[in-house]
Formats: sequence, structure tokens, C-alpha cells
Amino acid sequence: MYTKEVLAHFTNPKNMGKMKNPDGVGDVGNLRCGDIMKLYIKVKNDKIKDIKFETLGCAAAIATSSMITDLAKGKTLVEAKKISNKDVAVALKGLPSAKMHCSNLAADALANAIENYQKKKNKNGK
Amino acid sequence: MTANSRIYLDHSATTPLDPKALRKMQPYFTEKFGNPASIHTYGQEALKAVDEAREAVAEFLDATNSEIFFTSGATEANNMVLRGTMEKRIEEGNHFITSKIEHPSILETARSLEKDGFMASYLPVDKEGRVSKESVQKAITKKTVLVSIMYANNEVGAIQPIKEIGKLIRKENKKRLKEGLPEIYFHVDAVQGINFLDCSVKRLRCHLLSLSGHKFYGPKGIGVLYKQEGVALKAQATGGHQERNVRAGTSNVPGIIGLAEALKIANKNREKSSAKVFELKKYLIQKIKDQIPNIKVNSPESDNKGLPNIANISFPGAEGESILLKLDFAGIAVSTGSACSSTSLEPSHVLLAQRLTFKEAHSSVRFSLGKHNTKKEINYLMKHLPKIIEDLRKMSPIK
Repeated sequence: MYTKEVLAHFTNPKNMGKMKNPDGVGDVGNLRCGDIMKLYIKVKNDKIKDIKFETLGCAAAIATSSMITDLAKGKTLVEAKKISNKDVAVALKGLPSAKMHCSNLAADALANAIENYQKKKNKNGK
Repeated sequence: MTANSRIYLDHSATTPLDPKALRKMQPYFTEKFGNPASIHTYGQEALKAVDEAREAVAEFLDATNSEIFFTSGATEANNMVLRGTMEKRIEEGNHFITSKIEHPSILETARSLEKDGFMASYLPVDKEGRVSKESVQKAITKKTVLVSIMYANNEVGAIQPIKEIGKLIRKENKKRLKEGLPEIYFHVDAVQGINFLDCSVKRLRCHLLSLSGHKFYGPKGIGVLYKQEGVALKAQATGGHQERNVRAGTSNVPGIIGLAEALKIANKNREKSSAKVFELKKYLIQKIKDQIPNIKVNSPESDNKGLPNIANISFPGAEGESILLKLDFAGIAVSTGSACSSTSLEPSHVLLAQRLTFKEAHSSVRFSLGKHNTKKEINYLMKHLPKIIEDLRKMSPIK
């Protein structure tokens, strides 16, 4: 049902845990469908210097969270924003069709975190 | 327990075929392959075996041979009951009563009947997953012709008050006869009850009952519909005279033989195996309570309210499918009521009917024990489970 890549990220997730003093936080998902994702980023010179996640959810939700941290780390904010949920699924060599919508939220969480960072920055800038 | 051995704690999904039942089945695949509908010796040899099996099933259910109909499983039997009786009796009444916690073969068929214009009532359950007799009484209307309630729920093991409901319906029918109202048929989906509960149709006072071979160490692809003499039902599968025109299709002879043998074994061992798995279930629940904080037991814990073999437990802060997979990596098979186990986005309809929160329902795991499980296996499970829950909870943004 799951690819080797999904199971590898599920078993040994990368960049898992809470971040102290993040520059941006992304929050997606809901309790009804069961998957909740929180993504933390640290930004330096418009690049994602560090990224961490916390996820409550199924193997697909955990694996996509882990994968996006791999994909986004070191990228500029412009590049990182372009990563789509589909890109994450492709990097994991595919997800079961039922999981494509409900558990594949990581790119949304990242976009959400970047937005949160930019909002904060603009506020502070004023 | 070696690292390579596997532990099966998913007996409500299916059970392994009893070797004795397999041995009985084997000749009917090869040398005794005849079609029981054939008049020649090959056919008659198969027919004799099917008749004997039918008699064994009838004896188990406290019924007569002519009231036993073999099907492909309980799903087919449940479909036959709902569609078959409602369609047949459309002139008498268009309303039926069932519960919110039935198997999908009842619930989805019920919804489909509603689309066809029939009226359905779905009874609620209490926190332990039990329907009340009073709610059945309240839901009955002049147009009611069928009540279908499961004997015990497959997800949490809650035993329904079938004998009380049976009594109530019998009393109601006596009244209705005088008033010229249609008789109410009572159907029991007894799939999960066969191993552990009294299945005498006389004592249950039901008109119809479904069961499935593979839940009691029989083969897959074979089930039974008990239909009381005189109960009207429109055949769903047509095109053959098998099963006295109630269910067309060539008889699954090896399956029928295997089911009957497994039923005899289940009946013989019922008390012993019930007591054994109940001890094991209590042991498992106690261990989980002792070793894992913040859990919720969703199954009734007393043996008169819940099946002795099902422990459904929520581990909020960890998600069911993740728990299932991590246990599977350790060689332990369980199931979950999380949405991720289904194709829908919602968690178990049974747990939601018991008013669990979404968070609790998504974190539920069903441990369903069988006659071969041991204390050693539960100890092995408990070597892994606390760490799995702890790790997943650490990963969660909401604690």
C-alpha cells in the first residue's frame, strides 16, 4: 500500500520536533479528518535555514511532513513556495489515491509558515 | 517470542481455517466434485454432504433444515434480508428500523433502499455502544415491517439486547395481528456472536439471522441466512433453483462442508474458549491501563455487555493507522477505526455513534483475540505498544 520511501520517512522522520523561537509557523489540517500538521521555519537572507515539523496523523501525513522538510531546507523562500503537494508525493514515489487529498498537506503547511513569516516581517517593518 | 514470529490480534476481521474443517473440505474440491443439483451419483454424493451440513447448521441455530440457506457470506445474507423482505412486502409497509452501528452491508443497503423510497430509522447507542429496547419500541410505526439489529458489534464488541428486542417484537406482533397491521420481521446479524453467544433462533425470537463462515475458523466465501418458515422474501440472485429458489447459484460445496464443521467445533468449545479469551482480554486491558497514560477503553468491559474477545482502545495524541503500522513492523496485527483505514475521510461510524470525539476515534485500535492467542503474546505486544504510543505522541503538535 505504501512505497518504500513513505515507510522510510514514516519510520525515521527527518527534522521532527518543536522549534524554539521560529520565524514562521504553519498550521494545517483538522481533527475531523485526523491529520494535523505544524511546520516551523527559521529564515536567514530569505533562505530557509532550519525547518522542523510536528504531526498527528497517519503514515502518509508523517512521511509528507518529513519529506517537505528535506525538500525545503536551504531553499530560498521563492523556491520553497513553489513546492506543491504533488511534488512531495512524487518525491515519495507516490501515495495511495485515498491519501492524496486528506494526508498530503505538507506543502500547504510550508506555504502557511512562509506567509506567517512574511506577515510578521511586514508588521515589524512598519 | 522470536523476532520472526507474527502475532495475530485481528480475529474480528477473519480467523484461520481450522485444520479439521480443511480436511473435511478437501475431497469436495477433487474426487467428490459433483454439483449437488445433478441427478447422477457424483451429484448425489455432493448433495448428501450438503444436506448433512445443513442439518448441522440447523441444529446449531435450533432451526429446521428447510430454514437454512447457504450464501456467499453475511454481506450477501444481509442484502437478501433488507432488499428481499422490503421489496417483497412493499404493499404492507415501507418502514424498517436498524441501528447506527451496523455493519456497512446493512447500513449501505439501508441507504440505498431509502433512495428507492423506503423509510428507515437508525437507532442511537449509549456510550458503551448498546441499543436500547425502548428506542426500538419508540421507532415502531404502523408501516414498520422489519427490525434489523446486530448481535454484537464488530468494532467494539458491544452485545445488543437481542432477546429483549425479540420479546418486544413478538408481543408487538400479537397486538398488530389483532389490529390488522403488518407483522414485523426481526433480523439479527449474528456474525460476531457465533463463537461466544447463544444463537438459538427460538430463544432470540428472530425471523431471520445471518452468519459468516470465516469468523469462526471456517472458510471464506460462505455464509448462512436463517429464514423462518413462512417469512416472505424476494430472491435477489435469480436464475437457478438452488436453495429452494431463495438464492440462485451453484452451491459452494467445500465451503458449506467447512462451515458446518467449523460451527460444530465452535459450539463444542464455546465455553472454554470464551473463558480463555476473556481472561486474556482483561489481562490486556489491565496492562494497557497500567503502562500507558491517557487511554480510553471503548469496549464494554463486563462479559455480559461486551464480547469476551474485543478490546477497542483509544490512544489520543497518536493516530490509529500509524499505531497499526508500527505494530505491524513488530509483527503484530491489529485494526483501527481511524479514517485512514477506510476510503472515507471520517473515522469509525460506530465510535462516533458512541459519542467519541474525532481525536479519540482517530486514535482507536481494535485488539480482537482468538482461541490460539497466549499471555506470552500479550506480553510481547506490551513490550512494543507503550514505546510506539510515546513516540507518536512526541511527534504530535497537540498533546
